[in-house]
Amino acid sequence: MSALYQSLVNGTMMGAMYGLTALGLTLIFGVMKVVNFAHGSLLMVGMFAAYWLLKITGMHPFLALLIVPPLLFVFGYYLQDLVIKPVFKSERGVREPLTVIIVTTGVWYVLDNLALMLFGAEYRTVRTAISGTSFSMGEVIVSWPKFAGFVVSMLTAVGLWLFMLKTRTGKALRATSMDREAANLMGIDQYKIYNVAFGLGTAIAGVAGCVIIPFYYVYPSVGVVFDIRAFIIVVLGGLGSIPGAILGGVVIGIIESTFAQFMTSTWTEAIIYGIFLLILFFKPSGFFGNKQDW
Amino acid sequence: MAYLEIENVNVSYGDVQVVNDLSLTVNEGEVVSIIGGNGAGKTTLLKTISGLLTASSGTIKFKGEEIQNRPPEVIVERGLVHVPEGRRLFSLMTVADNLDIGAYNTRAYGQRNHTILGVYDLFPRLAERREQLAMTLSGGEQQMVAIGRGMMALPGLLMLDEPSLGLAPILVLSIFETLRKIADMGTTVLLVEQDVNHSLRLSDRGYVLEHGRVALEGPAKELMDNPHIKEAYLGM
Repeated sequence: MSALYQSLVNGTMMGAMYGLTALGLTLIFGVMKVVNFAHGSLLMVGMFAAYWLLKITGMHPFLALLIVPPLLFVFGYYLQDLVIKPVFKSERGVREPLTVIIVTTGVWYVLDNLALMLFGAEYRTVRTAISGTSFSMGEVIVSWPKFAGFVVSMLTAVGLWLFMLKTRTGKALRATSMDREAANLMGIDQYKIYNVAFGLGTAIAGVAGCVIIPFYYVYPSVGVVFDIRAFIIVVLGGLGSIPGAILGGVVIGIIESTFAQFMTSTWTEAIIYGIFLLILFFKPSGFFGNKQDW
Repeated sequence: MAYLEIENVNVSYGDVQVVNDLSLTVNEGEVVSIIGGNGAGKTTLLKTISGLLTASSGTIKFKGEEIQNRPPEVIVERGLVHVPEGRRLFSLMTVADNLDIGAYNTRAYGQRNHTILGVYDLFPRLAERREQLAMTLSGGEQQMVAIGRGMMALPGLLMLDEPSLGLAPILVLSIFETLRKIADMGTTVLLVEQDVNHSLRLSDRGYVLEHGRVALEGPAKELMDNPHIKEAYLGM
């Protein structure tokens, strides 16, 4: 039994972090109706930013949470403003702009290869104050970095949710996601809101980078590992849904860790994709997806 | 000087010209109706005034300043507010949030908690339903939210595109009564309607649009007596 508890706890913690990687994706899709193929690369940028910051300064990874996400926000804001927006504008009036998706794919390749050029292909890890530490909860051993990642993921999701619900900008983001033309008539500059959405999504990738780096390695194409998961999670939880992203992440995390007790990890991948297909067949809007949102 | 002054405006969708060399004016404090059948260019004209569409030529002046082809967020900021056809509410947001977002522009935002009281006075029903999602409201209530959301922007000129569309006759009456109140409070109103009878009764002046051109214009009372309008729009 204790092995099962252990894997449930591990799965939940890892899953919340998968959810965190999906949060930015679901936010950007929700507002812009753009599937951002560069999302994994933005996560990679976040991980490298955290890596270099921790490597050079040796600071506590929690402190990096105050530095990396704001930097990534600025990066995402201007990436959207300078690279994506011009293409978006040329497709004005299209509900799901297709060429924008191709542009995000281009951004993915450029970022990954830029990282390869600058940092090389090697796998890098950095020892932080919390790396390798753990505490026990009854029979279950809980890794500190993963527990911290779990808590930060939950706080980020709740924070984003409150931001969307309560603030002027949050409401403008939601209004734009539901009807961009009507939102425009309210005086909301939709392109600025897209910048903010993209900036926030990228900042969340920065948060994810900070919490993952204490126990994981970073390399230029690391984004792909999380990216495919994030896509599955977003569909599972419902496109555009914040709680859906976290719940979807936890479901995937638990499947991955518990099934790995009984079978090889290649099989858990197959099971994850199997569930993904079942969801697409029977409830394509996901756990929390809303048809009205389309 | 006219409050809103449109001169020789042309608008096309691709090769199809929808608004042809159109001129009209709205004076401060007036209620002006634009009437005409489907495809006459009424909605296109409103969308061009509010900045959603661009005019290929001509000028649009609001309070003496040219606003043609400026983006909607700039035009709203100046007090020209467009309540779109079909209500276009934010369906998964509450009534209160829909109204709140109506006051998004910086001119109205600081006063929104005060403005909303006036909107609830105008539509007591909305006060009761403030925490309900917009999608759960009836058609009439949704139209109240749409108009209330427009009022939240503190308009100098409120443009409404077919506010009576799809509503039961009794609700149509109450919408027009509300528009009367809004006009009496000092808001200038530009109304696009297919309900010619009600809208002309409410208005000081009217324009009849046909094929993107002004076919007739004049004081509302004269238009109601015009034989062409009687036959074509009032069915008399």
